[in-house]
Parts: sequence; structure tokens; C-alpha cells
Amino acid sequence: MIAVVDYGAGNLNSVKKAFDYLGADVVVTDQCQILTAADKIVLPGVGHFSSLRALHRSGLREALLRAASAGKPFLGICLGMQWLFDGSEECIEAAGAGIFSGKCRQFPSSVKTPHVGWNSLTVQNGSRLLRGIAQDSFVYYTHSFHAPLLAATSAASEYGLQFTAAVEQSNIFGVQFHPEKSGDVGLAILKNFCEV
Amino acid sequence: MLTKRIIACLDVDGGRVVKGVRFKNLRDAGDPAECAMAHARSGADEIVLLDITATSGNRRTLLDVVRATARSLFVPFTVGGGIRQLEDAAAVFDAGADKIAINSAAVRGPALIGKIATRFGSQAVVVAIDARKSKEGFEVFTAGGRVATGRDAIQWAREAAACGAGEILLTSMDRDGTQSGFDCGLVRAVAEAVSIPVIASGGAGSALDFIQVFREGCADAALAASIFHFGIENIAQLKRELHQASVPVRWPC
Repeated sequence: MIAVVDYGAGNLNSVKKAFDYLGADVVVTDQCQILTAADKIVLPGVGHFSSLRALHRSGLREALLRAASAGKPFLGICLGMQWLFDGSEECIEAAGAGIFSGKCRQFPSSVKTPHVGWNSLTVQNGSRLLRGIAQDSFVYYTHSFHAPLLAATSAASEYGLQFTAAVEQSNIFGVQFHPEKSGDVGLAILKNFCEV
Repeated sequence: MLTKRIIACLDVDGGRVVKGVRFKNLRDAGDPAECAMAHARSGADEIVLLDITATSGNRRTLLDVVRATARSLFVPFTVGGGIRQLEDAAAVFDAGADKIAINSAAVRGPALIGKIATRFGSQAVVVAIDARKSKEGFEVFTAGGRVATGRDAIQWAREAAACGAGEILLTSMDRDGTQSGFDCGLVRAVAEAVSIPVIASGGAGSALDFIQVFREGCADAALAASIFHFGIENIAQLKRELHQASVPVRWPC
């Protein structure tokens, strides 16, 4: 069973709908015990980094960190991916999980913010989440802050600078774009996650 | 590279897709869910559904249409028409929309923009502006083009962005449904005035019109309805032509 974490922010419907479409067993939950029982976890999210503070209040943060360190496949989407990092300039009081090092920052002033629309991926070899995804495939973004490039970056996109589009390390996966809104490419990525 | 978006618009009246000229003379153009799927398959980067009558009586019909359309659609989906308060927006999001478009209600009370943005994020709030050329510049109209507000469109776009809008959907009423080309002057003036993306609408007739609005109008996205419904130009063909003209588009997709 895949648990989609409901922490009162973000578009959970569309993430659930995409997994439903793929025939996956998926539940939307804010209950720690369901996260503990789940085989896989998806942390979605759009909006402001401060909304992640809700994870602290509800005890969800500890449940998520336990699941991640127990080796459960974990997918962070958009804000959910940014949570995997140390934090974000958008809200310095809200700590990230610190699984990946670095802070999410604003785009340079040379480009319009937010970054909205379809952008292409430069995919690194060997990613499990992006298996079968062609070089320069397009995915849909909508965000104002970006994560830095790391050794764990599995795909990058360019918008004023190169940033982490997807990140991956053993059981932990993150995507800055919205696979649930990225047409067939996005569905293929979610299918890969189902099969990890 | 970030691409220019091609957005297919479905004007919906009583649960059916319709299309008119200069906001009048409506013709039936099909089932919304089927139209949306067909457009997505042929390469639409986004679908916008506008409930053009939006009386309180047909809200339930609209929500059913949104639900049916969202079910198998995996590209961004915007819904507008008759959203007057936060609760209306919440119901539309709950039915499966990714973004809502507000027009008249935002002009009446710009605080609504911030209210929806605070709860659902700025990325989910599109402020739609219907503008018509006037002696001094461009005037904002509301209520589906029926009510002149005396407000300047460029000023209003700036204010909407400051209130928390995530995108501006800018329709030239002079060009709507005429297929005589986008109003590049209007689009450029707004695109230069705000830092959020601007979607150009009204007047799409040929691939050349799209090339012009991206190059001269500095639009981030362009929206069209009539040319896609009646097969005058399909999106796949349009994207091929834009690609050949070196306009960055999601092609092949």
C-alpha cells in the first residue's frame, strides 16, 4: 500500500488520482500508524515551505523519518522534495529532514519567478525512478525555490541556472516537478516508483 | 529549457463546450471531458475550463463536469467562472482542478486573491482579465465582458500580482473569436508590468499568430479555443510549426 501524506497543504487529489489510474493501492492519510503500516510513502506538496511545519505539530515528521531510515521507498514531490533537504530560504524557521544537504534558494533575478511550465530534463544514467525516461523529456513545474545540484541529483533542469529536478539515494526519491501533471512522462515515473 | 505553453480553452455552458465570437453567437463544440482528453492527446500543455454562464443554479453541473474532466487528465487543469468566494474555489479544487481562475470577484474585492493564495498557494490562482482597447489604453471589463469598470488593465494586472496571483490570463475582447491574431501590444504591456507568467488569449487564428505573441508579445503561454474545436488547426500541427520556427515548445511530447 502507498500512503500519500496529508498535512493540510497541497494537491493530494491529483497525486492519488494518478496512482489510482496506474492501478496502485493508495490511501491519503494523516495518521502515523498508517504510515508505519504502508509499504511506500509519498510526501506531496505545493505552496509555501512554512506549511511543512504542520508535520512537526502532528508527529508526522518522526513517523516519516523512521520510515525513511527503515528503508521504505519514499517519494517527495515539489515541496515534499524540498523537505528532504536541510531547509529553504523561503522559511528559515522550518527545518527540512536533512537527508540531502543544502538549502533551497530563490532563482536568480534574471528570470521570472515563479518557474511555471514545462521544462526539459537532463537525466543521469542509473536512476531507478527515471528508468526508461528519455533525455530531454518534458515535465511540469510550478515553484519559486530550487534545490542545489548534488552527487545524488538524478536529473537536472535549467532555469537561470542548473538545479535539481530529481534526486535519489537508495530508498529516498525526490522530484521538484509534478509527475501527476506531466502527462505520460510523469505517469511513467510514478509507475517506476510503484515498481521500486 | 522552459517552453512556451499552448493552452486549450473549453468555454462551458450548461455542461457543454460552446464557442462564440466576441463573447456572442455560441455554437456547440462537444463534451468537456472528451474535448479535454482529445486536446491533451494532441499536445495541449494545459486545459482551461471556463463556465461562461456561471449562474448559481448550475454550480452542481459545473462541479460534475470538473470531476469528470479531471478524472483522466494528467496535465494542469484550470477552472474559472462564477468563483465568488473562498468556498467556491475550495469546491472546485476538491472536484479536481489544479488552479482556479477568478475575474469579476477579484475586481470587486482583490482580497479574494490573497485569501485563495494563502490557502491553496499562489500557483493555484490565475487572475483572468478581459480587456478592451480604449482612448487611454486598455479598460478592464467584468461579468463576461458586459460591465465596463473604468479600470486600466495594466494597473490591475500589477495589483493582482501584488495580491498574490500566480498567473495572469489576459483576454483581448476586441480579438476574441475573430482569429485575426493576438493583441501583441496589450500582451507585451502586461508581460513587462508583472513578474508572473502571462497567458495571452483572444484572436488565435494561425501558427504565425502564436509565433508573434511569443516573440513580440513576450507571452509565457497562449490560449485558444475556437481554432482547436473545429479542426482549423490542431495542436500537434501547431507545435510542429512553432518548433520549426525555433519557438521552444514541448514537442515531441
